[in-house]
Amino acid sequence: MADAIVAGSALDPARALGPSPTSRFFRRARGHTSIMFGGGVLLVIVLTALFAPLLAPHDPYAQDLFKRLLPPFWMDGSVPEHVLGTDNLGRDYLSRIIYGARVSLLIGVCTAVISGVIGTALGVTAGYFGGRVDIVITFIITTRLSMPIVLVALAIVALVGGSLHAVVLVLGLLLWDRYAVVMRSATQQARSMDYVSAARAIGCPTWRIVLSEIMPNVINNLIIIATFEVAHAILLEASLSFLGLGVQPPAPSWGLMIAEGKEFLLFDPWVIAIPGVALSILVLAVNMLGDGVRDISAPENRS
Amino acid sequence: MLNFALRRFLLAALVALTVSIVAFFLVRVSGDLATSLAGQEASAEDIEEIRKAYGLDRPIIVQYADWLGAAVQGDFGESLFFPDTVWELVSSRLPTTLRLAMSGLIISLLVGIPFGVIAALRPNSWIDRLAMTIAVAGQAIPTFWMGLMLMVLFSLMLGWTPISGDESWRHFILPAVTLGYYSTPPIMRLTRSGMLEVLSADYIRTAYAKGLRPMPVLFKHALRNAVIPVVALASVQFGHMLSGAIVIESVFAMQGIGYLAWESILRNDIAVIQTILLIVCMFYVFLTVLSDLVNAWLDPRIRVS
Amino acid sequence: MSALLDVQDLTVDIPVSDGELHPVRGISFSIERGETLCLVGESGCGKSLTSLAIMGLLPKRAQRTARVLRIGDLDISSASSREMAHIRGNSMAMIFQEPMTSLNPAYTIGNQLEEALIRHRRVSRAKAQERAVYLLEKVGITGAAGRLRQYPHQLSGGLRQRVMIAMALMCGPELIIADEPTTALDVTIQAQILLLLADLQREFHMGMLLITHDLGVVARVADRVAVMYAGQIVEQGTAAEVFERPLHPYTRGLMACIPIPGKTVRGGRLGSIPGLVPSLIGDMHGCAFRDRCAHATSACASYEAMRDQGDGRAYRCVMTPEETMAASMREQAA
Repeated sequence: MADAIVAGSALDPARALGPSPTSRFFRRARGHTSIMFGGGVLLVIVLTALFAPLLAPHDPYAQDLFKRLLPPFWMDGSVPEHVLGTDNLGRDYLSRIIYGARVSLLIGVCTAVISGVIGTALGVTAGYFGGRVDIVITFIITTRLSMPIVLVALAIVALVGGSLHAVVLVLGLLLWDRYAVVMRSATQQARSMDYVSAARAIGCPTWRIVLSEIMPNVINNLIIIATFEVAHAILLEASLSFLGLGVQPPAPSWGLMIAEGKEFLLFDPWVIAIPGVALSILVLAVNMLGDGVRDISAPENRS
Repeated sequence: MLNFALRRFLLAALVALTVSIVAFFLVRVSGDLATSLAGQEASAEDIEEIRKAYGLDRPIIVQYADWLGAAVQGDFGESLFFPDTVWELVSSRLPTTLRLAMSGLIISLLVGIPFGVIAALRPNSWIDRLAMTIAVAGQAIPTFWMGLMLMVLFSLMLGWTPISGDESWRHFILPAVTLGYYSTPPIMRLTRSGMLEVLSADYIRTAYAKGLRPMPVLFKHALRNAVIPVVALASVQFGHMLSGAIVIESVFAMQGIGYLAWESILRNDIAVIQTILLIVCMFYVFLTVLSDLVNAWLDPRIRVS
Repeated sequence: MSALLDVQDLTVDIPVSDGELHPVRGISFSIERGETLCLVGESGCGKSLTSLAIMGLLPKRAQRTARVLRIGDLDISSASSREMAHIRGNSMAMIFQEPMTSLNPAYTIGNQLEEALIRHRRVSRAKAQERAVYLLEKVGITGAAGRLRQYPHQLSGGLRQRVMIAMALMCGPELIIADEPTTALDVTIQAQILLLLADLQREFHMGMLLITHDLGVVARVADRVAVMYAGQIVEQGTAAEVFERPLHPYTRGLMACIPIPGKTVRGGRLGSIPGLVPSLIGDMHGCAFRDRCAHATSACASYEAMRDQGDGRAYRCVMTPEETMAASMREQAA
């Protein structure tokens, strides 16, 4: 009986191939600098955003006009109470930076999800059905690519009124192009595989083929684009907020903080330096994670 | 080639038409125009009056046809804020933006292509790693913040460049660098990967087998082929720069169409917004066609067939 | 008169992740003017790397050593990259395996043909063009003047290989190296290209190193043959002798793989050599073929000397000529 079990496990294809794809993925990921660095930094930022109320030393909205523009710790005249100083309304800068991570992450992730759903649906449909459907969807993609995102987003946000929801919605409805382009070609490739033809030949319904045969093969691409689009959306939100048409005051958005600090550029450049560095680190971490995931899931790196 | 160009133009015309519809409707359906035109203190009667006066009570299709018909004849309406017509306003501001975008593009090509080539010649060397690190780090920095930091450093602290404005070529240095650095990484990456691919091609070995020295092989045989997709990308990047100019122009207070667009958006100057949106979209469509045609012209496999 | 090309103890080593690869392990041969030497062997036996080593076109990682490596008066092993560039395409030219990808898609045929002549002889473009037209006609391309303005993608594979041949001949080289010039072509065109090469080689009295895995090709054009196995030459001699009286079991194995009209029974089985080529990573001792050889004995594990039979005839096997002929009889009986 024991022998039979051993023999059975030896024949198990998953065992025969060694560790499962997922565990192989994580093993490779551990040896990859940019994944470890990007992922590590991102994890710290995500945890900071999640536990912002516990970590922030002050209320990010509490003003104290007697303590305006206190400098950060590395400059003369700083006070230990406000490690990164205060803004022009006397609000604690560190607390605002910590809460600002929430805004950036929320917008980045929500936008990537909305645009991901739209782009994937369009791309997979075009790639799977081909023919006229493909022509129409390709035309929609071309049209979308002919429109400048910042300008369109600004115009719409101005009309519907700037808010976190508006920014997420507008960016979500605009940033789906890369998903659609990549998913379309990935689906075309997956579709020409023998096992997909086989599934079609035995009369599998389309939705099942797409979900069970196509999606698992294109999911890698999806994850990679999603990371880059998170970074893209974070930068765009910062731009919109900087131009006064994104997240509205007094919300602590990093882009908005830079805009508010612009008038103090001459004497207190740190006011814009700090949120800018925070933004850059976050976007860098997300990009490095995306680069790393692309590296280790690229077929030529598989051995 | 002629056939190819004709097909591309036809497609572009169709895209342009669609984009004009989308641009028009996006602005119209995002909010009630009459309400925002009337201002916050307006009464319901005021709003109705404005709706009639601007023809906003007509079916939206009619409004679009009207707007497009006039626009084709160069009549984009009047600005609500400036005494000029929209066309006068936009055409007087366009050169500044084009000059800015062009300077930005030249900077990114002058930096991106040589670094991409060097990185490809010495893959995994320190210079390759440095170039790629700068590319990755550079793409993480928001443009407007980069512009502000450059302003702090070079205008305020060192006093080398003017702080803002667009009166002389020196005013363009910082904005162009800011705009250019954002397009440099993709150009550098594409040059590098293109060169790596071309350098391992059989015809490069053939060129060496003919006794050509490394430099002629590099410039005549390798770069010529590697640069084809880069030229196409540059054309698309130029479009991105026109749209990126909105942010940069407002950072450096340059009187281009980007700054005009931003001001007009803040003031609800709908006719101006719609016109700029349309013009930038048309540039995008045109540049996409241009990129395809240049690509085809540089690649004999498409040109001669 | 000394040989045109003299190669003695040529080795190529390539460092790889798990040790060092030895794809060429001490090769020696020479080619006279007006002579065709065929280098024969399976893919991966080091034929192509041998030719690239002579041309000085090895990948950067690969290391080349040789006791003698000389063409004409030039010592290749000590030549500077400038000197090498001076003779490449000039006194020695090479024709590659892949005509489809060996021409630059961005330039016209004419431009690519004229390039070598302008580089080496500093002639005018008009003069170079004249020579290009002459050679295109020589390689059997009709409407040569018009072809100069065409791009590679407008030509078929066979035409492109003819262009490659013309390109190699532009500077009137003394030595031509052809690395499987017909492998990528249609079977019907293969013979034409090969005969063309052989004709041109005779007409211009060039030395030719023809690399191939096709013994049928060898039989038609070779003056002398060198059979390569696992980075070494295992048998060498005139084509007639090698075909008449193959002394190495591997050579006989190769010959059993090709059908011979009149001799091979229609529908009968062609021979095949069982087993795999040994790994070329790390140190190797003894006969590389012993694992696949029907006559292998314990002595094969240490024997690797070349048995010189005089007149350039040599083979690398522990068996004496008499023993190996007896073995050959037994093979045929089986």
